[in-house]
Amino acid sequence: MAGDGAGLLGRIYGQPESMKSPRVNAHAVVSDVTYGCVGAPTRHSPNEETKGVVMLQVGQTEVDFDVIVVGAGVAGCVTAYQLGKAGRSVLLIERGSAPGSKNLSGGVLYCDGMQKVFPSFLDDAPYERKIARNLVSFVNADSSVTIDYRDARLADPVNAVTVLRAKLDPWLAQQCEDVGVFVMPGVRVDELLTTQGGDGLRVVGVKAGEDELRAHVVVAADGVNSFLARNLGLRSKPSKNQVAVGVKSVIALPQDKLEQRFNLSGREGAAFALVGDCTLGVGGGGFFYTNRDSISAGVVLRLDDLVEKGLKSSDIFEHFISSPVLAPYLEDGEIIEYGSHLVAEGGYAMIGETTWDGMVVVGDAAGLTLNTGLTVRGMDLAVGSAVAAAQGIESALEQGDTSKTGLAGYRQALFSSAVGADMKLYEKGPAFLERGRMYKEYGDLLADVLLHEFRVGDQPHQHILGTARAALKRSPIGLRDLVSDAVVGGRSL
Amino acid sequence: MNSLTVANRLAKNHFDLDEGEQHIVVDQEAMKHSPSGDWIIAVCPAHVYAREPDGTISVEYAACLECGACLAVAEPGTLSWHYPRGGFGVQFREG
Repeated sequence: MAGDGAGLLGRIYGQPESMKSPRVNAHAVVSDVTYGCVGAPTRHSPNEETKGVVMLQVGQTEVDFDVIVVGAGVAGCVTAYQLGKAGRSVLLIERGSAPGSKNLSGGVLYCDGMQKVFPSFLDDAPYERKIARNLVSFVNADSSVTIDYRDARLADPVNAVTVLRAKLDPWLAQQCEDVGVFVMPGVRVDELLTTQGGDGLRVVGVKAGEDELRAHVVVAADGVNSFLARNLGLRSKPSKNQVAVGVKSVIALPQDKLEQRFNLSGREGAAFALVGDCTLGVGGGGFFYTNRDSISAGVVLRLDDLVEKGLKSSDIFEHFISSPVLAPYLEDGEIIEYGSHLVAEGGYAMIGETTWDGMVVVGDAAGLTLNTGLTVRGMDLAVGSAVAAAQGIESALEQGDTSKTGLAGYRQALFSSAVGADMKLYEKGPAFLERGRMYKEYGDLLADVLLHEFRVGDQPHQHILGTARAALKRSPIGLRDLVSDAVVGGRSL
Repeated sequence: MNSLTVANRLAKNHFDLDEGEQHIVVDQEAMKHSPSGDWIIAVCPAHVYAREPDGTISVEYAACLECGACLAVAEPGTLSWHYPRGGFGVQFREG
């Protein structure tokens, strides 16, 4: 925990058992270290006792590890795992007392990338349910329109799973330990260690309290607030329209009840996305996802809109989980946790510099989140960036050049991967989704059209196109808006 | 289902309070001349911030969910916010 007198290096290099982190795996403990040995970046065989050389000199810099990863979330764990597997000495630092204890996500992981990293993911990892049913609801004050999309092709091969991060992340960290990564929880990195090089600052390690730890490469996987990237000037503070706050509760519900209610069998699950009145018209949306024996339910609210409308995030959250759309699903449920998380919604424009002399930035810390309107993605992008970063780092270490130039392989790999391509594809998405109509008027318009179709009274019906035209005329949305939204939306999403 | 109050929802969480370090500090003087006070009160889902009768903003840092929404909206100089020391703060058991 914080402030143990032995120091972090003490914790790493053979202290009495009582001083060691309970999560340290025997084979990851560097027990008889030749302190200050000179050599090239280390290679150890994973799953073997790591002995000897960990303190090296490359140029003038002594390092404790080849790579220090800050943050044991999805991006950090996957980066550390790949490098550990490649035989590099890796330290994974996590500020939570256990991996996952600080981490929170909405809950849907698009898992193709994860399965490529961990082929046994679906057999071994503690995920919740496989999503084969997606519902999108436009919720108005007194009406709602829902698209219910079920498709066996989403289940085979499995496309997305729900996860609870306090359960998933310890598993990811365990995979890291199994390939020789030294996992050190309960430690907050306070700042980067830098030296003044020819071209400016070079990152040479991290500082935690009084302790300094050095590495050839530091990986900033410290999440959406990434103080490491920000302090180095790699990312500026995002503007209010580029970030949203996610507010979520996990609601316990007996498994049989849940499966019956959502019409699920086996490990199948459902994901609901809702827009409109469920957020009182604030830009963003609501969601609820099925876990094994609980439901993750919450809202994502764009901060600029929240502030402008003078609404409280907690009030909108309560409005959402008490709404009549959710009530039948949540009945008899019991809230067992309340959390929140910042969501980067700036898309491509929000990705800052991802590489620096001696450092790379991955996952949320690099601004890698994507809201396409129907899907909200973050964890899969974290995996993709981690895979690209590990490639870039590996090749930089091989060449003995961990400068920005030497690490350039990361950004190349990132933008030639599906992650980079998707970030680019949806570049204009955030601006489009900022159009306020998305969150209010369209839901009303849809419901209006359907009302005229379904209500049978003494008024003669019109052809549906006529109904739509009339509804549009009544709606505050102009024809020009509609055309513009269709064209821009079509191009942006 | 009972949606509970913010305080009752927070009571379901596990927190390890760091009594040795307060990780959030409001600059009351700077905040006086800024709309940030109202903004951080609005965005914080844990009601960490409240306006006191004398106009200052009080901070209940023990309830912080560590999302950083306040920092994202606060104008420069009004709020000092960083993560609690290692091992302290909220401990999600679900996530």
